[in-house]
This record gives sequence, C-alpha cells and structure tokens, in this order.
Amino acid sequence: MVKPATQVKKLEVRDLSIRYGDEIALHSADFDVYENEIFGIIGPANSGKTSFLRAINRMNEMTPGMNVTGMVKFDGIDVKSWRDVYALRSRIGVVFPLPVGLPLSIYDNVALSPRLSGVKSKSELDDIVERCLTRAALFDEVKDRLDSLGSLLSGGQQQRLTIARALSQSPELLLLDEFSIAVDPVTTMRIEDVLKELKKEVTIVLVSNLVAQARRLADRTAFFLGGELVEVGETEKLFRGNVQDSRTTDYLEGRFG
Amino acid sequence: MSSFQTTDLNQSNRRKESLVRILLGMVTLTLIIPVGIILVTLIAKSEGTFSWAFFSEFPRNSMTEGGIFPALVGTLWLVAVALLASVPFGVAAAIYLSEYAEDTALTRAINLAIINLAGVPSIVHALFGVGAFVLFFEFGTSILAASLTMAVMTLPVVIVATRESLQAVPQPFREACWNMGATRWQTIWRIVLPNSISGILTGVILEVSRTVGETAPIMFTGAALFLPFLPTSVYDQTMAMSLHLYVISTQVPDVPEGLPYGVALTLIAIVMILNSVSIGFRTYLRGKKKW
Repeated sequence: MVKPATQVKKLEVRDLSIRYGDEIALHSADFDVYENEIFGIIGPANSGKTSFLRAINRMNEMTPGMNVTGMVKFDGIDVKSWRDVYALRSRIGVVFPLPVGLPLSIYDNVALSPRLSGVKSKSELDDIVERCLTRAALFDEVKDRLDSLGSLLSGGQQQRLTIARALSQSPELLLLDEFSIAVDPVTTMRIEDVLKELKKEVTIVLVSNLVAQARRLADRTAFFLGGELVEVGETEKLFRGNVQDSRTTDYLEGRFG
Repeated sequence: MSSFQTTDLNQSNRRKESLVRILLGMVTLTLIIPVGIILVTLIAKSEGTFSWAFFSEFPRNSMTEGGIFPALVGTLWLVAVALLASVPFGVAAAIYLSEYAEDTALTRAINLAIINLAGVPSIVHALFGVGAFVLFFEFGTSILAASLTMAVMTLPVVIVATRESLQAVPQPFREACWNMGATRWQTIWRIVLPNSISGILTGVILEVSRTVGETAPIMFTGAALFLPFLPTSVYDQTMAMSLHLYVISTQVPDVPEGLPYGVALTLIAIVMILNSVSIGFRTYLRGKKKW
C-alpha cells in the first residue's frame, strides 16, 4: 500500500549479529529503515527482535554478556562511533512491553527527560508535559492530577504515560517493543492512531507479536525467526503472499509460531 | 448432600494448621521474655537513681556518687563521629557495588571481605584501631580514633543494608532512565536513591544501636575511665556510657546498687530514642513509597 514517504535511510543495519555468551540472538542481519516510515518487526519469541532494539541505542553496553558485532548506522553514522552515547539515546524513544511508570508524579515522569537535557523553565516544561500527554491520548484523563504518582495509574494509562515520556525526548526514532501486551484493545487502537499521526515526524520501529497490528501499521515489515532475518518487504505484499520464503506466509497465516 | 463435605483429611489438615500456628506463636512470644525481664529488672533496681543531677553532673567520690553527664556527652560524640565516617563511605561503597561494579572475581572478593569483616570480633577491631588509628595515624587515644574504629566495625552493616535496598529498586526503572539518555549517576540520583532511602536508614539505625553499646573497640582507642572535663574536639579522650557502666559495675568498690542499673537503663533509653527518631523518619519516607 503505502510507499515510504522518503527513501532517506534512518537506520542501516549491516551484518549485525548479537550474542549472549555462546547463544546467538541475531545472526548477520542486513536491512534499512527509512525515515518517516513505520517499520514492523514480527516473529515468535526468541527471534532477536528485542535484542535488535537494544543494539540500536547501545543498551548492550548496560547488559552484561551481550555482545554485538557488525553495525547499525543511525543517520549514516555507526552508533558505536557516537562519542556521547547519552545524546544518542536521548534521540531515540523506547517503549517497553510492560509499562514502566517511574515512581515520580505524572508530571515528573514526562518532565524527566527534558530536565535531564537541561530544560529548567517551568513554563517550557509545562508546555512539553501537556503536549506529550495530549499526543499520547492521556492528557484529558490525568490533567487534574498531574501531581499524583505515575506508577499508580492503570496499566493502559501507564503505557500511554511511557509513550508520552518517550515523546518528551523529541525523538527522531521511536522504538516500540510489543507495546500493546498490557493494554486493552480500545486503548491499543487509540495508541495506533497516535502512531499513524506521529509517523509524519518520527521514524518508528514497531516490534509486534500481533501480525494484524503489523499489517495495520507497518509500511514495511521484517520477519525474524530464531535469530535469522527471514525477509523484509512491503507489509501488504507479504500479507498478499508475495514472499521470497514460504516460512513468512506460514507465520503470517498462523501455521506456526 | 452438599458437595463441600468435610473429609477426615480436611479435618486433620486443619488440626495440624492450628497446632503449627500455636507453636510458632509461642516460640515468637518467648523472644520478648528476655527483653521484658531486662527492662523490668533495670527499672525496678534503678529506682531512686534518676534525678536531674544524675544527668547533669559529673561523677564524684571515685564515681560512687554524682551523675553521668560526661559519659552521656561522650557517647553522643562517639556515635556522631562514627556515623559521619561510616555512612558516607558505606553508602558510596554500596552504590558502587550495586550500581556500577560488574560481576568479576574482584567484586566477589570484595563482597566476601565485607561479610567477613562483619564477623570479626569487636576486640580484634579494637586492637586494629590501636594499631591503625592511635599509633600509625597518630590520632592518639581520642574520640577520632575510637569513632573510626567503630566506623570500620559497623561499615559492613551499612554497606549490606544499603546494597540490599538499592537492589530492591526494580531494574526496569533503571532501564527506562538509561534508555532516555540518563547517565548511571542521574538514574541513581533521581530514581534509585529516593526509593531506597528508607532501607538505607535501617542500616544506619542498626549501626547506631551497635555503636552506642560497644565497649571493647573504644576501651583502648579513646574512652577514658574518668575525666573531670568534657571533650572539646575529636582529638580529646572522652568518657562513654558503655565503658562507664563496665567500670562502675566491676572496677569500683562501694558503688550504690542502683547506680549501675540506672546507667544501663539510660544506655538502653539512648538507643531507643535514637532508633525511634530514625524509625519515625523511615515510616514517614515509606508512606511516600511510590510503587
């Protein structure tokens, strides 16, 4: 269906392999992610999807035993050669499978990242908090209790809070790791609408275990299986059966995994 | 007939359950018996000892009369200086071990050393203190030397309590911060420490209790049997409650019977007051616990 809006490469993945000790999580993957597209990654558990996300923002350095070879280029520059890893990470928003409401107020959850990068002005922070919460479809529900604890919100609200927090970084790249696991279907749909909007400004990598979700959102989709990148293609083509590897169709149609 | 009949097995399980419950409860009750006996004995036997003068006067007549003022002041000095030395060191070491150090042979050796340090008898610490602080660093027998000796002795308590409470903060909180571009220190300062402070205080409480009561480590390093003046700096010697109790109970003839009991009760009261202040503070912080 949708062609990527641009053909500018946001991420270039080259011969990327990830190991945990002797165990291979991802084996020699090569693909590109274009600017302003939603790039879906599907595949059963243990196929290297989350490991790939961690390699992009160098979280492997915080994970004992995780070993990355090959390279991921972000805006044309190998992430390993970024001297300031914190600046790299602050340009990449991450949303986890289980919502993480930090033990701070709702306001402080969203204001944390701007504060870390030196924003002090109260009015500026107010703006950021309201804008990000609104974009994450949460503001109306919490606007009267921004001082209450983010960690006490319901699961679905916390996940939207996590998204608002990721947006507060003004990220260029948004990594979503099975964000809808702990979220009800209605909220999921609202977040999906948000993502479609966001795509105009942000490149999104969406790891999902719901193939239907990937079909709804992703412009192109990669299929990972057991640490192997089976194939990458335009989502709609893959779903129509236009595949290079029959395992892709088997997975999409639920014959395994 | 109801489908929820009571079977014999059910009945026997329930009997066992109440038996176990009673047994465990009784064992727990016996734990407070010694505490009760000690307190009752001290209160009963120290009757008539307490007066304003008891707390505000120097000992007189070879410590058989007068008050405990200098010992009281000295103990506060010792505890304060020991805390000042051990809390920053202990908390810093615990933060490093919990948040920065990788799991290597060295860190495992350090962890083992900390546990072993906790097992060293206090008299050995005392001799270490004499060698290290009194002689090598030339602090002489002084509050500084005595407090540092106690600080070394109680360091493992602070480190272990702090490390445990840091590790009780869920890992996803850290990951979320790191992913945002926060450094380790920013994460520790904004998220980890505020949420582990109540556990750290528990370590401090334990340390205070132990420091107030210890006798051996201060005997050779800074505490004096009797001094007619108060300490004015950390380089002075001082009297201390614990040593004072030891001295008037065993070394001085013709001490009135109530006096040692009064000193002992005061010692316990100090511990309880210091503890309840920290416990109150901790309860306040726990009330604000955030997940």
